[in-house]
Amino acid sequence: MSDLSVQPRRRSPMAPPRSFLWTRRIGLTLLTVFTLVPVWVMVSSSVKPLRDVQSAFEWLPRHLTLAPYAQIWSTVPLAHYFVNSLVVSACSTVISVAIAILAGYSVSRFRFPGRQVFSVTVLSTQMFPGILFLLPLFLLYVNIGTTTGVALSGSRLGLIITYLTFTLPFSIWMLVGYFDSIPRELDEAAMADGCSPVGALLRVVVPAAVPGIVTVAVYSFMTAWGEVLFASVMTDDSTRTLAVGLRNYASQNDVFWNQIMAASLVVSVPVVVGFLLLQRYLVAGLTAGSVK
Amino acid sequence: MRWAARAARGGGSRRGRRLVLPYLLLLPAVLFELLVHIVPMVTGIVMSFKQLTEFFIRNWGAAPSAGLANYRFALDFNGAVGKALLQSFLITLAFTVLTVAVSCLIGTSAALLLQDPFRGRGLLRTCFLVPYALPAYTAAITWEFMFQRDTGLVNTLLVRDLHLFHTAPFWLIGGNSFWALTATAVWRTWPFAFLVVTAGLQNIPGELYEAAAIDGAGVWQRIRRITMPQLRPVNQVLVLVLFLWNFNDFNTPYVLFGNVAPKQADLLSLQIYDTSFESWNFGSGSAMSVLLLLFLLVVTAGYLLLTNRRTRADV
Repeated sequence: MSDLSVQPRRRSPMAPPRSFLWTRRIGLTLLTVFTLVPVWVMVSSSVKPLRDVQSAFEWLPRHLTLAPYAQIWSTVPLAHYFVNSLVVSACSTVISVAIAILAGYSVSRFRFPGRQVFSVTVLSTQMFPGILFLLPLFLLYVNIGTTTGVALSGSRLGLIITYLTFTLPFSIWMLVGYFDSIPRELDEAAMADGCSPVGALLRVVVPAAVPGIVTVAVYSFMTAWGEVLFASVMTDDSTRTLAVGLRNYASQNDVFWNQIMAASLVVSVPVVVGFLLLQRYLVAGLTAGSVK
Repeated sequence: MRWAARAARGGGSRRGRRLVLPYLLLLPAVLFELLVHIVPMVTGIVMSFKQLTEFFIRNWGAAPSAGLANYRFALDFNGAVGKALLQSFLITLAFTVLTVAVSCLIGTSAALLLQDPFRGRGLLRTCFLVPYALPAYTAAITWEFMFQRDTGLVNTLLVRDLHLFHTAPFWLIGGNSFWALTATAVWRTWPFAFLVVTAGLQNIPGELYEAAAIDGAGVWQRIRRITMPQLRPVNQVLVLVLFLWNFNDFNTPYVLFGNVAPKQADLLSLQIYDTSFESWNFGSGSAMSVLLLLFLLVVTAGYLLLTNRRTRADV
């Protein structure tokens, strides 16, 4: 018996020792709890009646109800906010990815005067706080409105443009990195076969860069979907996005926490599922792009 | 025929096209960069030298010049504006350093613990990414709910279940709000650190570990001698990105506390937002933005110089 316990299964030199395994078990358990408790709060509170979320928190719902999920659509115009968020996020994503593919290819494949200046500008605007662009853009929109009659402030178009302040530099920066990681021989071969440079971009580089492009698109969409600062200033009642609209579940007397949690879940599920499905690409994109 | 024509056009025009093409491809990007970054930035700098109150919003060119007054107020630490700004700055700095440090620590540990394959690894990896995938405001709203004094989970846990406090503390007003803010930010930030370090780990050649294992190095030694040094370039980028993110964060405090944050958790972004859109003083708000930008430029430049030198010294 004792011989058996003294001589454990033969372990390869790469196998981790017990101390590591125990650290791993404890560490991962703690992290999982930390990560999932808020998610559980969200899920469990969304199926409680209002009087239950207005009293002390219970880990397990006493009374189960799906009423919050029905009520969220009529308490505030959630569907309307949803459409606004979708249109604004999708448009700014598509515009910035399209522009970034062209610009990324240019910076990655050509050497031309001004290339450095452009790269540095794009890279540095990434670090600038949104608040820096918010004030001037707001003023410019208002003034464009008074002089030309084009209502940018409060419109979806205005919000789409302001969202480019963060989706565009990120997309360009990531795609330059990703295109750099695609062997130059690929598009050179295509050009030797008679493709124009733009043809090589569309037929060879873009298909090879799909993971990078997906990463960039998902990131841009997610950031736009979760954006609060620009949305709180640049929207009016008809163009409110979800980020601002969810605050309306609080009335003067009541905060409908069960509905807020239900609406938060409804709003989160599409992006979370999309993100988790594409996370493989995300790690690949990050490896090739920003982190090198 | 077409082939002949193309041959006849010769190399000259093709070289010409190659010279123009990169600029053509860049044109949309340059136009939009001008529109969303360059013009607003220049406007912002001009605005910071103006006495820009709500009366001039519709015609901001007509606002009277303020000279350096906006900057003087912002930097006069004996005056009300300057004092609040300085305090806000120190709070933002403390919040950022703490959030980045804890997030990097947790993220790196999680990535290391999930480095070797075992049963359930994929599931855990997915689960760890959930806080990051959630829209910023739903995450902050959930934490706001958890920090409610009478109905929140945090006080239920601390007072009723663990008996750590006799009376339920407030989390969203007063001194505790700083910790509420930091906890929320860490919960949102660490998965990104985890994601980036995981990506960085995949770039470390397996031969290094095999060689070390053959030489008799244990897990802990391999982490200390191989993984950490190999991760250094990744970590340097990560720390800088997270610092800038959190220093500029607006979403978390705004959703957590509403328009006016408690002064113990009044981050710079919110302070500038209040000055501009609550007090309608765009001139001061712009001056504060420009000061914030200058600070971030100095920090970034300093950090890049420092990390570059250190890496070179190692080689």
